[in-house]
Amino acid sequence: MRNPAITAVLSGLLICWAAMVAAFEIEEDTLFAGTGTGGELRILSTTDTGIFAPLLRAFQATRPDVSIRYTVASSQEVYRALYDEGAGYDLAISSAMDLQMKLANDGFAQPFRGAAGFDWPAWAHWQDRLFAFAQEPVVLIVSRAGLGDLPLPRTRQDLISLMRDYPDVFTGRIGTYDPTLSGAGYLFATQDARQSDTFWRLAEVMGGMHPRLYSASGAMIADLQAGELVMAYNVLGSYAEARLDADAGDVIVALEDFTLTLLRTALIPQQAPSPELGAAFLGFMLSPAGQQIIETQTGLPAIDESALAAGPHLRPIRLGPGLLVFVDPLKRERFLEEWRAAVQQPSDQP
Amino acid sequence: MSSARATSPSIRQRLVLQLVVVAALLSGLLYLSVRTVADAAVETTQDSILGAATTTIADELRGGEDGIEVDIPYTAFSMLGAIGQDRVFYRIMVGNQTVTGYDDLPAPDGTASGLEPRYYSRPFRDVDLRIAAVSRTVLVQGRAVEAVIIVGQTRQGQAAIVANMANRAAALGLGFFVVATLLSILTAGTVLRPINRLAEAVGRRGPQDLRPIHRDAPRELAPFVTALNGFITRLGGALSRTETFIAEAAHHIRTPLATVRAQAEIALRQTNDDATRTALRSVVRAVDASARSAGQLLDHATVVYRTDQRTDERLDLGALTRDIARAFEPTADLREIVIALDVPVDPVQVTGDRLLLESALRNLVDNAIKYADPETQVDIALKLGDGRAEILVCDRGRGLSGVQAQALTKRFQRGENVGDVVGSGLGLTIVNEVAQAAGGSFDIVNRKGGGACATLQLPLS
Repeated sequence: MRNPAITAVLSGLLICWAAMVAAFEIEEDTLFAGTGTGGELRILSTTDTGIFAPLLRAFQATRPDVSIRYTVASSQEVYRALYDEGAGYDLAISSAMDLQMKLANDGFAQPFRGAAGFDWPAWAHWQDRLFAFAQEPVVLIVSRAGLGDLPLPRTRQDLISLMRDYPDVFTGRIGTYDPTLSGAGYLFATQDARQSDTFWRLAEVMGGMHPRLYSASGAMIADLQAGELVMAYNVLGSYAEARLDADAGDVIVALEDFTLTLLRTALIPQQAPSPELGAAFLGFMLSPAGQQIIETQTGLPAIDESALAAGPHLRPIRLGPGLLVFVDPLKRERFLEEWRAAVQQPSDQP
Repeated sequence: MSSARATSPSIRQRLVLQLVVVAALLSGLLYLSVRTVADAAVETTQDSILGAATTTIADELRGGEDGIEVDIPYTAFSMLGAIGQDRVFYRIMVGNQTVTGYDDLPAPDGTASGLEPRYYSRPFRDVDLRIAAVSRTVLVQGRAVEAVIIVGQTRQGQAAIVANMANRAAALGLGFFVVATLLSILTAGTVLRPINRLAEAVGRRGPQDLRPIHRDAPRELAPFVTALNGFITRLGGALSRTETFIAEAAHHIRTPLATVRAQAEIALRQTNDDATRTALRSVVRAVDASARSAGQLLDHATVVYRTDQRTDERLDLGALTRDIARAFEPTADLREIVIALDVPVDPVQVTGDRLLLESALRNLVDNAIKYADPETQVDIALKLGDGRAEILVCDRGRGLSGVQAQALTKRFQRGENVGDVVGSGLGLTIVNEVAQAAGGSFDIVNRKGGGACATLQLPLS
C-alpha cells in the first residue's frame, strides 16, 4: 500500500545516529556549537533544520555561550519520545497540535511565565504550558501546467467537481498526506472532517483517483515540481510559499470554503535537563525580535491576529481539550478505518 | 466650674465603635457570602458542563457483536474548554476493564447512575480533579453490559473566576464598610443630640434656678428628666425649710431669752439681798451670753445657707461700712470708745450678698469694740488698690496673745486671753466664710502698740 516513492524519500531522510541511544526515530541531528560554558540547549522539533537555522543562530548571537542541539523527528516520534520514553529535551516543537495538546494536558509540560509584560493572544496558547509561535494556512497546491485549461478550484466543491469531470487528468496525479503515517496529516484530516461533511465526499472522490500518499509536505511539493502531481491537498503553506516558483506556473490555493490554519507550538518538557535554556529560547521565539526573525528569515508566518481577521476563510485550529478527542486510540482507529474505507478503493488493495 | 472628674468613655465613642464593629462584621459576612455563592454558582455551572460532556460521550456508546464501540464526539471535550483552560481526563470502563482513556482515573465509590451524572472530587496524578461519571447499559453479543464513562477536569478556570468574584466582593465589602462607618458617625451624632441639648439646658441654668425642666426629651430620657425634676423640687423644698427653720429658731430662742432677761432685771431691782442680786446678775450675764451665742449661731447658719444660695448684687461698700459703724456707736459709747471712720466719699463698688457682707462687717466691728480697752479708739478704714477693696478694723486692747488667725477662724475657737468677755467663738469664722464666698480673704494680726488689726479684702466689681 505504501508508495515506493515515499519509501525512498523516507529512507533518504532517515538518519539513525549511533551516538544517540534513542528508541525513537531521528531524521536530523545538528549541533550548533557555542563557546560551551552556557550548557547545551536540546530542541526536539518537527521543523526542518534548514528552516529553523536562522532563528537558532539569532538566539545564539544573544547567548554565544550556549550550544544548541537541534533534533528533527516526525511529530509522532516527538510525541512518543516525550510521552513514552521521557527523552531529555529542553524544548519540544511540533506541528501536530493534538499531540502537543495531549502532552500538555497530561502534565508533560512545564509552565512558562515569560518576561514581565509578556502577553500572548489567548487563542495562541493553552494555559502557561503550550505556546504557538507560528501560524500557517494549510493549502492546496496546483501545477498550472498539469491542470491545462481547466479552471483553478476555489472551494472543495470545485475540487470535487473537477475530479469527477476530468478523472483522466487527476488519476494517480493527486497527492495528500497519509494520516496513518503523518501526525500533521492526521490532524488536518480530522479537523477537515470536523469542519465540514464535504471532507468525506472529497476523500471518496479522491480515493477514486488513486491518490499518492505522503508523510511530509516537502515530498509533495517536490513531486508537484517534478510534474508527477497535478495537485496536492493539505500542504503546509509556509513550505509551499518557500519552494514553489510562481513563474513555473505552480499556484497556491487557499480554499475559500475554509482553510485550516495550523499553529506550530512549543512546550518545555517536564523532564527537561535545562528547562531554563528551553524557557530562554521559547521567550526569544515569542519576543517581538524572535517573531520578526520567524516571519522574515524562516518563512514561517508569525503569530498575527490581524492576518486571521483579514482572511474570513481562515480557521485556526483551536488549542483546547477538543484536540484530545482525536488522540484517543479508539477514536483514531475508528477515524483511520473510515478514512481507509473512503480513500483506499478495492482496486488499491494489493 | 471645671471638674477633673474621671469620665468613662463617651457614649458617642462607644456607639460609633460598636456600629463600626458591626459594619466590619457585616462586610466580612458579605464578602464570605458573595464568595461562597459565587463558588457554588460557578461549580454548579462547571458541573453541568462536565455532566453534559460525559453524557454526550455516553450517548455515543454502541454495543455490537465485537464488543463496545465508542466514538467520542469532538464537542464533548471542546465544550469543556468553554470556561477556562483546564486539563481534561477521561476513562471508559466496562466492568473493571478500561476500554479507553486513563486507566488510573478514579472511578466513583458507588455505582454510577444512567440518568444523572455523579459528581465527585479526587486527586489524580499531580492535580485535583472534579469528576463526573455516568453509566450506560449496552447490548454486546446479546448480553447487557454496563459501561461507565468518567470525565475529570481541573478547576483552574473556576478558581480564576471565583478569585475574580472574590476581589469584587472584597471591594464591595470595603465600600459597604466605609459607607456604614460614615453613617455610624452621623447616626451617633443624631442619637446623642437630645442628650447634649438637655445637658446644655441644665448646665446653662443659674444657681438659683430651681424651676423644673420643661423640655421635650426623648422617651428614653423621660425617666431621667422626671427624676431630675423631682430632685430639684425636693432641693427647693429642703432649702425653703432650712430658711424657715433658721427664722423660727432665731425667734424661738431669742424671745424666751429676752423674757428671762427682763424678768431677771425686774427681780434685780426689787431685791435688796446682796447674795440674790449677785446671783441674778450672773443670770443676766449668762442669758446675754446665750442670746449672743444663739444669735451668732443663727448668723453662722444664715451665712452657710446664703453662701450656697446667695443673691449677688452691686453694693457700695463705703455706704455699707458707714451704716455698720453708725449702728455700733451706742454700744461703743457705753464703753467710752470712739470709732474713727476713714472711708472714701466716692462709692466703692463690689459685687456680693448684702446680708453676708453686713454680717461680716458687724462681726468685725463687734469684735473690735468687745476686745478694745475702755476709752480707746477703734479705727475703721476702707482702702482701695490693685482691684481690691480692703477694710481694716483695728483696736487697742489685749490683742491675740500669740494665737494665729487661722486658728481663730475655726468654729467655736476663741483666744486664750478672752477671759471675762462674752463670746461664742463664731464671729471670725463667719467673717472668714463670707470673705471666701465673695472671692476675698481675711486676716487678723497683732497691732503695734497693743491691740489687734483685722483685714477683710474683697474684689472690686
